[in-house]
Amino acid sequence: MRISWFWIIALAILAAGVLVTKVVDNRFIFYASYVVLQFVVLATAWNILGGFTGYVNFGSAAFFAVGAYTSIALDKAFGLPLPALILVAGMIGGLIGLGAGYLTLRLRGVFFAIATLALAVVLETLITNWDYVGGASGSIIIPPTEVMFFDDIIEALFSLMLLLAVLAVAIARYVSISKIGRGLAAIRDDEVAAECMGVPTLKLKLISTTLSGALMGIAGAPYPFYVTYVEPASAFNLTYAVNSIAMPMIGGTTTWFGPVIGALLLGVMQQWATVTISSELNLLIVGVMLVAFVILAPQGIVGLVRKLVKRSPK
Amino acid sequence: MTAAAPILRINAVVKRFGGFTALDGIDLEVAPGERLGLIGPNGSGKTTLINCISGALIADGGAVLFEGADITALAAHQRTKSGIARSFQIPRPFASMTVAENVSIPLEYTERRAVADRDLAEEAHEILTLIGLESLAATAAGALTQIELRKLELARAMACHPKLLISDEAMAGLSGNEVDEILEILLRVNDRGVAIIMIEHIMRAVMGFSERIAVLDAGRKIADGEPGAIMNNPDVERAYLGE
Repeated sequence: MRISWFWIIALAILAAGVLVTKVVDNRFIFYASYVVLQFVVLATAWNILGGFTGYVNFGSAAFFAVGAYTSIALDKAFGLPLPALILVAGMIGGLIGLGAGYLTLRLRGVFFAIATLALAVVLETLITNWDYVGGASGSIIIPPTEVMFFDDIIEALFSLMLLLAVLAVAIARYVSISKIGRGLAAIRDDEVAAECMGVPTLKLKLISTTLSGALMGIAGAPYPFYVTYVEPASAFNLTYAVNSIAMPMIGGTTTWFGPVIGALLLGVMQQWATVTISSELNLLIVGVMLVAFVILAPQGIVGLVRKLVKRSPK
Repeated sequence: MTAAAPILRINAVVKRFGGFTALDGIDLEVAPGERLGLIGPNGSGKTTLINCISGALIADGGAVLFEGADITALAAHQRTKSGIARSFQIPRPFASMTVAENVSIPLEYTERRAVADRDLAEEAHEILTLIGLESLAATAAGALTQIELRKLELARAMACHPKLLISDEAMAGLSGNEVDEILEILLRVNDRGVAIIMIEHIMRAVMGFSERIAVLDAGRKIADGEPGAIMNNPDVERAYLGE
């Protein structure tokens, strides 16, 4: 069997990540990288629906929070191990994606976007009033002090998020180069025409919302162990929704690697600004970059590079 | 008409929009390989009828049968798979894709068996050659001219592996030469055994092309017969010119 370059690079990245945990002592690197990788997952997940299919989701934070709160509830109820929590969070995120998709996909354009925003508000209200997971005052999670193989929990969480990021990107890549991806692109260009060309538009859109929701849920599942204290205002924070949209837009929405580029660039800049300037600067950076890219390079970095390559003499 | 069983049979189809009855019990049959012209004044229900046939709308009453099977309630993509293709009055290309990719989407999605990429590319090339777009295969669909877009509509419809093709005003707004070009393409398609329903306002084109013509007026079929007879039908004259 032919092993593609993609998987070789993916495995190399994973191996390098694990190696780094054994070599590097600086804890901050792992804390910062975890956040950046978490945004790689979120941006990639958003892009499956927003970039490939053309349906803008403003409710990413809700799916992320669903993942986080699934972890909290199941950890409290059964004390399940983290991999199991991630699996269940993915399933619940996917189910909510499927249900929300079924209810809202008759809406097009801005109406769909508003519906996703409403979903986020409804879910946040539900969680705020659910005492079992802490309600409005939040919930404290005590992460395990000892983990297998790794020196401490943050090394483990960093490696885990790296694995999830690689998996999310692999799924997005598979979708984009498969028959499903070509059908989604047809839906994005003209849904009515796509349906008349034999593309089962409803089915493909539901696959898209389910996958996108599942990956966002997965991104949120380890979050309680990372922050150890979760309350609705932080889990449903606007930052997640805004970054999930901005990162793919800045990187480029039509390819699987656009959101990765956007998430790495913006994520690293935010972490850097948090330490050197101020933590309040995060969203300002995103805002300024988003405005700049929408005006100057609407196809994102990927589109910009392609344009430059085309223009330059061979 | 031949003795062969009709490929499409429409029985008493009714479609209402609120209190307005757009189709009021239409009966229509199309034989395999037949060339049928569908005419009528603006607002007579032509586009609504083909929407009910192609699945963009679902009929409120009556039945649509394709090759004997009841497809009245099927989704549009399922009808396309069973062999009904349509072109759009206003071209709706997949603008981010090339011409060849535009054709590959229906090829891939209406194929009943799994096909290799190479076969797909070959088939796409064959259809583009039939329609006369092969030199533009690698061009972005967003950069095409109006006549090229009309041809792309027909190429995509052909890529649905159709047994019945519905051409919705494929020639509106084109020049005389361009109308002839599209007519020639439709005849070539028909030569392959594909039945065609042509909706057109250009009388010269409909008369020259059709073996039979059906006339709609205010949601009812007022005439159905050979082109010569239709032209001399007093009801048809009244519908177009008034009393």
